[in-house]
Amino acid sequence: MALYNLNINGKSQQVDVDPNTPMLWVLRDHLDLVGTKFGCGIAQCGACTIHLDGNAVRSCQLPVSAAEDAKITTIEGLSEAGDHPVQKAWIEHDVPQCGYCQAGQIMSAAALLAQNPSPSDSDIDNAMNGNICRCGTYTRIKAAIHTASQNL
Amino acid sequence: MTNLPDKLNRRSFLKVSALAGGGMMLSFAWLAGCKPKAPETLGLPKEWFRLNGFIKIGENGLVTILSPNPEGGQNIKTAFPMLVAEELDADWKNVRVEQAPLDTDNFTRQFIGGSQAIRTGWKALRTAGATARNLLIQAAAQTWGVSAAEISTEPGFLLHSPTGKKGHFGEFASLAATMPVPEEVQLKEISDFRIIGHSQKNVETHNIVTGKPLFGIDYKKEGMVYAMIIHPPAHGLRLKSFDDSSARSMPGILDIFQIKSHQDEYERTFFDTTSFTDLVAVVGKSTWEVMNAKKAVAAEWEPFSTYEESRDWGQRKELRTIPGGLESQEQQLQKMDEAAKNPRTVRKDGNPEAAFASAAKVIERTYRGPFLAHNCMEPMNFFAHVHDGKAECAGPLQKPELTEQALSTRLGLPIENIHIDMTRLGGGYGRRSYAHWLIEAAVISQKVNAPVKLTYNREDDMTGGIYRPMYQATYRAGLDENNNLVAFQVNAGGLVEPPLYADRFPAGAVANYLAEDWTVASNVTVGSFRAPRSNFIAAAEQSFLDEVAEAAGKDPIEFRLELLQKAKESPVGERNDYDPERFARLLEQLKTKSNWGQASTGVSRGVAAYFCHNSYAAQVVDLKVESAQVQVDKVTQVVDCGLLVNPDAAKNLCEGAVVDGIGTAMFGELRFENGAPVQKNFDGYRMIRMKEAPKVIETHFVESQEDPTGLGEPAYPPVFAALANALYQATGKRLYEQPFLKQLSNS
Repeated sequence: MALYNLNINGKSQQVDVDPNTPMLWVLRDHLDLVGTKFGCGIAQCGACTIHLDGNAVRSCQLPVSAAEDAKITTIEGLSEAGDHPVQKAWIEHDVPQCGYCQAGQIMSAAALLAQNPSPSDSDIDNAMNGNICRCGTYTRIKAAIHTASQNL
Repeated sequence: MTNLPDKLNRRSFLKVSALAGGGMMLSFAWLAGCKPKAPETLGLPKEWFRLNGFIKIGENGLVTILSPNPEGGQNIKTAFPMLVAEELDADWKNVRVEQAPLDTDNFTRQFIGGSQAIRTGWKALRTAGATARNLLIQAAAQTWGVSAAEISTEPGFLLHSPTGKKGHFGEFASLAATMPVPEEVQLKEISDFRIIGHSQKNVETHNIVTGKPLFGIDYKKEGMVYAMIIHPPAHGLRLKSFDDSSARSMPGILDIFQIKSHQDEYERTFFDTTSFTDLVAVVGKSTWEVMNAKKAVAAEWEPFSTYEESRDWGQRKELRTIPGGLESQEQQLQKMDEAAKNPRTVRKDGNPEAAFASAAKVIERTYRGPFLAHNCMEPMNFFAHVHDGKAECAGPLQKPELTEQALSTRLGLPIENIHIDMTRLGGGYGRRSYAHWLIEAAVISQKVNAPVKLTYNREDDMTGGIYRPMYQATYRAGLDENNNLVAFQVNAGGLVEPPLYADRFPAGAVANYLAEDWTVASNVTVGSFRAPRSNFIAAAEQSFLDEVAEAAGKDPIEFRLELLQKAKESPVGERNDYDPERFARLLEQLKTKSNWGQASTGVSRGVAAYFCHNSYAAQVVDLKVESAQVQVDKVTQVVDCGLLVNPDAAKNLCEGAVVDGIGTAMFGELRFENGAPVQKNFDGYRMIRMKEAPKVIETHFVESQEDPTGLGEPAYPPVFAALANALYQATGKRLYEQPFLKQLSNS
């Protein structure tokens, strides 16, 4: 066990955990930030996507020891009032069905738009390929990303 | 006018009462409301007539509607309240929706499955809304000293035009609570609907996009500990012993022990399927610590021998043989071929043997579909706290009322001491009907005497059984010299249930028809999977009809329309379960919407249509195959599910069905080697991703005033075949084996 100082959603947080503990479980079990979801545990589904210094990463593969000096953003911290352009576009297109994968989808989409504000269809395909949606809402996700891109 | 059930039952159908803080509450039995006769004459269970829903109207005018059914993406939490709010004439902006807990005393049909919720709730929920509106009108009439007949409503308000008096619902809610419940109420004309048929946003979207703790896996309680289970690595094995000496001393570990999800003598009912009854439970202070300790437990497994299991299916009991042995796919395929030789006749019309013998052309094809894992994105999980003779549980499940009984038996607690809160489901698709994990969580909690959250990791989930069965179907068609379909035969079966629907199209359209089925026993467990059975048989049948149409030299849609014309004019047999006119209308509309016959160059098209869960769906798939890559450009679909309740949400469900169907048809497979599933996580089990999804999905609904029917499932089965038929146009290869990608790469 070791103490780690983390910068999460603009707040500094301290946890005492094993250095190998993935950020996914630090967030979910230790910090009560359960918006980041467990899907596969092997970086194949994208449900656990968070931002590490603005980049979309799979938190199930990110040990807490590697996250200490970074700025971490989770779905809870993407915007204060749930009004990030991506979140607003998701509501406008009424994207979710079961909704479980959507936090990860939104974090991937927000990271994409931060780096490429006007992505093409194939830019979106490439950036979103790591996020599985079992309900099959991909066409709405893509449309919502285009809408968000216009409202950045 | 809709007459409420007779006086005796009306008392139990509707009850109005005052809210403690002011306002009214109308409680109602929504299933009872749609029954035309007294329960005695219908032979229905008495519980169906108890109260099972409510509408609360506060003095501030806020309307709260309780949604009794679990929500897993089918959007029922929005659609149910829309029905109530419409007839109440509420302002949708001021409607709040609450999720009801499981309450078998007060609710009925609290489950997801069979796409029946809207169909069964349609009239009853509207009647309840109309009754609440009537009570408010009576209260306003009394307050204003005018005749109730002169009072009208507009969203959220009561009006008396002659005097210009106007007030919001909340002002009259407390008085309405004292008014007599009317004997009959007037339901709105469809043309007067303001909410039904107009797209309303999902009531939960804001909470989803901001990461609120909606799901079972997010559930927490003070003092809660974390648990995981270890199950055998192969089907056909059971736990022999385990050594936890190194795992026990790992950080954060509280206990490791063996559990039994069902006692040996327990007679299982419909949804009590478990693949593995004896498990090792690992309990600790955090998920990650438990995951690590789980890997350090050295378990020993042993094969079990063939045994018999008694199942209580409600109407009948069955003694089922569960064979021992470690199965592999090749063996399973061989067993299916063997069993197919000795089928049971399910339906026979005319003289199929003679008709085949004299046919000018006979076509025979065999189709196969593998086991499929449901792969809900939220892994199986449940919270349970068993203490002081009570069980408090919370989590995602599809059939709570059926699980409650099993849990009561297992814990030895009376059913009234069991409370289940229903969280949102991160996908269900049938998998969450089999809630053995709820029982496991409760048994673990009982043992450690603490609140417990049990979570499966992806591997536990994917290798844990309860799959879509493995299926096979052989079709034969006989054409006469004029290319008329004169004989049709289907021989279908599977591990461990057949996919046959003997009374579906083209039954009824062919003079000589034979439908047969068979079953192969296996120790691989199976269960409901989105559009059970239809999810395979539609693909087989609709691919076969495409091939038969081609052999007859006919356009595939015209060929189906000819058959439907026959089924309409001179139906064969009396049990045909589809309406040929509605089916034909669907195909006619698909022809127009897809510009059938005018495909652009380089695009290959395939068509399929199917009827299941009381709704009709048909699709045209447009695709290209370039350097062995399949790109679906567009799917045009037409769906007839009667009157639409929430159009945009309905569209979303049908779009999802198309993506899910294409993905499953192309990639979905759970294969066995020596009893062990080869696919264990998403690195091995390929799921459709954004790149592979159709670029465009165009969804059209047949305009209809028929009562609404199911929608969660019907658009799923036909798209498998529309894809196969389009792939044939593109590659010249007929696809008989799922997943299609495998057959395409093998040939």
